[in-house]
Amino acid sequence: MSTDIKKVLFGPVINNNPITLQVLGVCSALAVSNSMENALVMSVAVMMVTAFSSMFISMIRNQIPSSVRIIIQMAIIASLVIVVDQVLRAFSYQLSKALSVYVGLIITNCIVMGRAEAFAMKEKPLSSFLDGIGNGLGYGAVLLTVAFFRELLGFGRLFGVEILPLIQNGGWYQGNGLLVLPFSSFFVIGMIIWAVRTKKPEQVEKD
Amino acid sequence: MSNSSQKNKETFGRTIVFVFIICLVCAALVSVSAISLKPMQKANKLLDQHTKILEAAGLSDVAAKEGVDATFEKYVTPKFIDLATGKFTTGNYETYNERSEARDIAKSTAVKDSEVGLRRVAKKVVIYLVKNDQGMVDSVVLPIVGMGLWDLMYGYIGLDADLNTVKSVVYYELKETPGLGAEVQNPKWIALWKGKKMFNKNHKIAIQIVKGGMANCKTNKIYCVDAISGATLTSRGVNRTIHFWLGSEGYGSFIAKYRGKLNQRELN
Repeated sequence: MSTDIKKVLFGPVINNNPITLQVLGVCSALAVSNSMENALVMSVAVMMVTAFSSMFISMIRNQIPSSVRIIIQMAIIASLVIVVDQVLRAFSYQLSKALSVYVGLIITNCIVMGRAEAFAMKEKPLSSFLDGIGNGLGYGAVLLTVAFFRELLGFGRLFGVEILPLIQNGGWYQGNGLLVLPFSSFFVIGMIIWAVRTKKPEQVEKD
Repeated sequence: MSNSSQKNKETFGRTIVFVFIICLVCAALVSVSAISLKPMQKANKLLDQHTKILEAAGLSDVAAKEGVDATFEKYVTPKFIDLATGKFTTGNYETYNERSEARDIAKSTAVKDSEVGLRRVAKKVVIYLVKNDQGMVDSVVLPIVGMGLWDLMYGYIGLDADLNTVKSVVYYELKETPGLGAEVQNPKWIALWKGKKMFNKNHKIAIQIVKGGMANCKTNKIYCVDAISGATLTSRGVNRTIHFWLGSEGYGSFIAKYRGKLNQRELN
């Protein structure tokens, strides 16, 4: 039992990571990974939405008519995303301003929907909840890794604290302009996938 | 799962009822969270706005010590002005929303300046008079908006009571590129504005953001601000925005009317 929980919870962090293995949810990983703080809040938001939507869907999984199951899943996910957005706006206005539309776009994050359809429709509420947390952790791990490189090399900062003093602030470090822009996440994610698959060759797809 | 329950689950009536219930529950969840959190969200938004107004007025340090709300309450008075005449007028500050007024045909005027990126501006706008400890007008904070590289940028100009010397130019909402255009929010760049003069001796707008360093300043250095390197278009946008709002379509009439008259004025 405990190994089961461990597998459900931590499997998605490396072995079955939604971004590096399944290459899902990349879109938001591009947009909000320019600072560690944004990435952290976004990861927590995605984790909450995935966990609770999986749990609720799993609770009613035997009642959902299969003809409308995707719509039902969407309605639940969308409601939770709105709640998360509202909570963020009420308790952390600056962060919600920085994340702007991307919180709302969690609705379109394929990880949430993917876990609902692939896991929560078949499994019990508790393990669905843990599966959501696990996938949130996996998403967060990649997001924070990307944000680490982008914020450190692009802005010379980590969590807003200056590490490499920038030239424009009187230091010596010339910020990498490429890493400041969203698409640079592609390179970083690509390198992470490369590293993970070099270490774990079984993740490489067959031609 | 038995076959009969499977069939039972899929009937038309049951599906409709199920969807209806789910929608009801979701709608209730969303409404409850939206309504119960609204007061906090509104307070947050106001707090953010007030923080920026105090920053534009050069009162950030005071606000850090005494709290934003207390400082705002103590020193700042919102005032309505009519843009066309420049006269003070009245209005309800609690309900006023400049952005929705600017969209209302009856309450706004079309913009002739094609470069600032605005179609209409509100006829009646709110400005902020900031007093000093003696109760005299110390500075005036004017809201500005104009096109940057990607989208409209919203901010405030803080001017001394002479309506010419700059206290600060602060942007609070923009979508410029981080590290490049978004550097308009860098304290180092904001600090460049302090003490600059917006108008020359003939009361013409003289302030310029100059590319390539202060050596390119053609007039007096007091009228020039060094552009942000790597953000030519954003710098140009800021320049145009300031020129627009200080000009005849913006606060021009107000400034002409009250130039040199606010210093002696007591604020109640």
